[in-house]
Amino acid sequence: MRILVIEDDHDAADYLVKAFREVGHVADAATDGEDGLAMALDGQYDVLIVDRMLPKRDGLSVIGTLREKGIETPALILSALGQVDDRVKGLRAGGDDYLPKPYSFSELLARVEVLSRRRGARNEETVLRVGNLELDRLSHQVRRGGDEISLQPREFRLLEYLMQHAGQVVTRTMLLENVWDYHFDPQTNVIDVHISRLRSKIDKGFSQPLLHTVRGAGYMIRDGAR
Amino acid sequence: MTALGKLFRTTTFKLTLVYLTVFALFAAFLLGYFALNTRRLITEQITDTVNAEITGLSEQYRLGGIRRLVLVIDARARRPGSSLYLVTTFNGDALAGNVTALAPGILETQGWTETAYRRLDEADTTHADHPEHQALVRVFQLPGGFRLLVGRDLEERERLYHIVLAAGRWSVAIVIVLGLAGGFFVSRRVLRRVDAMTETTKTIMEGDLAGRLPVAGTNDEIDRLAQNLNAMLERIEALMQGLKEVSDNIAHDLKTPLTRLRNRAEQALRSAHNEAAYRAALDATIEESDALIRTFNALLMIARAESGQARDDMNEFDAAEIAHDVSELYEPLAEEKGLALKVEADAPAPVKGNRELVSQALANLVDNAIKYAEPQPDRINGAVPEIVVSALTSGDRIMLTVADSGPGIPEADRPHVVERFVRLERSRSQPGSGLGLSLASAVARLHGGELVLEDNRPGLKSVIALPRGGPLQSAE
Repeated sequence: MRILVIEDDHDAADYLVKAFREVGHVADAATDGEDGLAMALDGQYDVLIVDRMLPKRDGLSVIGTLREKGIETPALILSALGQVDDRVKGLRAGGDDYLPKPYSFSELLARVEVLSRRRGARNEETVLRVGNLELDRLSHQVRRGGDEISLQPREFRLLEYLMQHAGQVVTRTMLLENVWDYHFDPQTNVIDVHISRLRSKIDKGFSQPLLHTVRGAGYMIRDGAR
Repeated sequence: MTALGKLFRTTTFKLTLVYLTVFALFAAFLLGYFALNTRRLITEQITDTVNAEITGLSEQYRLGGIRRLVLVIDARARRPGSSLYLVTTFNGDALAGNVTALAPGILETQGWTETAYRRLDEADTTHADHPEHQALVRVFQLPGGFRLLVGRDLEERERLYHIVLAAGRWSVAIVIVLGLAGGFFVSRRVLRRVDAMTETTKTIMEGDLAGRLPVAGTNDEIDRLAQNLNAMLERIEALMQGLKEVSDNIAHDLKTPLTRLRNRAEQALRSAHNEAAYRAALDATIEESDALIRTFNALLMIARAESGQARDDMNEFDAAEIAHDVSELYEPLAEEKGLALKVEADAPAPVKGNRELVSQALANLVDNAIKYAEPQPDRINGAVPEIVVSALTSGDRIMLTVADSGPGIPEADRPHVVERFVRLERSRSQPGSGLGLSLASAVARLHGGELVLEDNRPGLKSVIALPRGGPLQSAE
């Protein structure tokens, strides 16, 4: 995956470029809005990571200009302003995701990977499959190895989101935002409890667990056999 | 700037000047109008009198011819204060009358004329060549070639006219003098008070936030301004005080985990001998910094709620739905701790506000209720302790309530716990930033409502009471 980091703090930009390279991506950095815009227009990038406050041209305007020119490269906005309305502003300007500073790299990586594959066909599929687990989005039925599993509506949404991003790390905040539509931090880690409940329903009694905890990052659903 | 220069620059003085000019012009106009009208009235009286006399005299002439007319005029002319008369022949020779030294050509023009004249009885005085009086006269052609002149002296009219004009000049002068003096004194009085206010403002700007503007107690507009400014200063002082407390608290409560963080890293550098030990130390460091970030975020949220920024972002939503959603989020956690989380919110409870913030406030209350619930083995037959979340409409307010049967909060501590970072002694061992209740309280106040903590006997009942129409309705 090719990633462009537009961030005026050299240290932070270097750190991100290095970290993305370490996990096997190609990453470039630009340190002001004009450079960033030029590079985003020229290069073939899969994801843009844009700081909100940039010299010469601010992040929202970079994204806005790209969108005006018909370039739909997914963009994640990084910002020290983490409040709800700032996020809404960022998304309205054409950003695809919003991550307040300070962030953890694992959170950023998870979101970037989800963004890069967002345009895949997974969203249109009516039946999601991971191993022998099957989720029918129309009939709201979940089966594993042919046996029907009964889930609460929220558990269904949770599993659906995980399966839409099968093979990708999904963080707790991503779950909270996408499944519950909350953008705040519930002090206790309530998500963990929901996951362990879901896990007991889909993995219990099977030798091959599908729902995995990724330490320090979040969760991932994948077919362990592969 | 000189004191006088300053005075001329004051608003009151400028206003006085404008007012004065308008008033003086008005007075001048009024008196001028009066003078002109008086003059016209007198002129009318004169013409009426003269006309009446001419009618009377020409009647005499008609009845008795020129002889009778001359007799009548001689008789009338001798009366004191009489009108002016002159009868001449066709050639202009005077037959009778009491005037002379008329301007030349007067007798040739019929009708009304103003002319200089002398009375016949003063014709021999020294100023013979110098007519002294003005008169308004009418020349009338009698049948038979005789001409009759009747007129009245204008001295009285002119005198009255000049009296009125003089009165006008004097009153305008008095108006100006009085007005200037009044403006001067009023301005000085106002100026003194404004100067006092400016002086106080300066000391306040220099950092003495406790200073207040002087209030004279007259309850006029300057007093009201001072009172409002004082109220504003009070609010600013309270905010500054709050800010100072926050920064003190931040300094205190963030320094502790920061020190811990640093110590841990230092210790790992000093004593860790293998990779696993380093890894463990780094994990602990990340965990500690995450907790710090969380605290920061909570503080920012509170600051934002308290600053009122989020007021722009308010919509109608259903509080009952929030009660269900938040309970659903926490239900597995409660179950894990052996608690029953119940929702009592059957009827919709629409309210205007920021859904996200209210959700978070309620989540904090539920989180607290779960966190502080104690396992109570002595309860009857192992009944499960309950936490009840409810959303009710009561009058023009909606009440989001979380009632638990935990240890509760002693009454004396209740006002205290909503302050930032306050954690009661026995809860120090629990994880948490100590900001949950502060945030809930800040959110409630943002919406124009309040957070009430009550005794649930046993346990704690936390109520977020919000006005249904949002903060604007209850603002005043």
